[in-house]
Amino acid sequence: MNDIETTLRNAALDLPAETPELSDRAEAEGLLDVAYTSVDSPLGPLVVAATPKGLVRVSYSEFRGEDEVLEELARRVSPRVLEAPARLDPVRRELDEYFEGRREDFDVPIDWSYLAGFTREVLRATARIGFGEVSTYAGVAAEAGSPRAVRAAGNALGANPMPVVVPCHRVLRTGGTLGGYTGGIERKEFLLRLEGALL
Amino acid sequence: MKLPPFQALLDEHRADVYRFLAATVGPSEADDCFQETWISALRAYPTLRRGDNLRAWLFRIAQNKSIDAHRARGRRAVPVAAVPERASPPLPERDPELWARLRDLPTKQRTAVFCRSVLGMPYDELALLLESSEDAARRNVHEGLKRLKEEFSE
Repeated sequence: MNDIETTLRNAALDLPAETPELSDRAEAEGLLDVAYTSVDSPLGPLVVAATPKGLVRVSYSEFRGEDEVLEELARRVSPRVLEAPARLDPVRRELDEYFEGRREDFDVPIDWSYLAGFTREVLRATARIGFGEVSTYAGVAAEAGSPRAVRAAGNALGANPMPVVVPCHRVLRTGGTLGGYTGGIERKEFLLRLEGALL
Repeated sequence: MKLPPFQALLDEHRADVYRFLAATVGPSEADDCFQETWISALRAYPTLRRGDNLRAWLFRIAQNKSIDAHRARGRRAVPVAAVPERASPPLPERDPELWARLRDLPTKQRTAVFCRSVLGMPYDELALLLESSEDAARRNVHEGLKRLKEEFSE
């Protein structure tokens, strides 16, 4: 018994490392403010997050790192952010169906409460554009109640926290050019082709 | 200072918190204490005003849960005279005797010894955890190690 600290350190290596899951208990206690998981898609992995009220975030992981997205959620929604794949099962299922061409509309609830003002109106107007249809920045600005705020509508779409589910890819520039997209223009083209809106 | 997403805290410290509890309350109660620790932490998390020293804060919660477990064990031990129920299933550890001795130390010494010797926690952080001075934290480590050593050289 020459060095008790070495003995302790060595013994600690044999302590069990498997830890119990927390997300079920956290949810049961009403403490799961933001549940998230990663979902595979033909456009690369997506980070998907929801509050008890509904979806708050969909993000292309290749476009913006998961850590950055989680930090943003901690700041904007609540620091009680936990990985909870089961909680996101309905969203994952609907996204799978959508990408396989078996779903046109998303039924999962959306939590709009962290969006405000004109941004929220523009995104709600965007959510009403149907599968296979397209609109324009001017069109959604008008739908949102401010026909002349075309540029502001573009900014709101650029800041869409739920791409794919809130289909900002269906909004094009007047005259038919594609305009920008949060996940890069190739993703916008992919989604429009998937929906048959672009040949 | 902004708070990191709770999952980041969990990913960084879950294994150490679990080992701390397995050592200081025993493997049979570690699961419960682990859940209690993290649920308490999650509940209080948004009220924290600072994002630094989160490890000391977490281990203080874990220490409090270990105290609860020791108290509960004390209460259970009293009435069972007729059927001496096993306090815990056989321990899967390689060196259960060592941890049993650690569990016999006073709370602060047990925490101090584990956090210093196994986790290598700096004394200023340990002082925050124990809500004591750095000198007192040092003494707790020293006393705890001394007692463990004495019992092991018997």
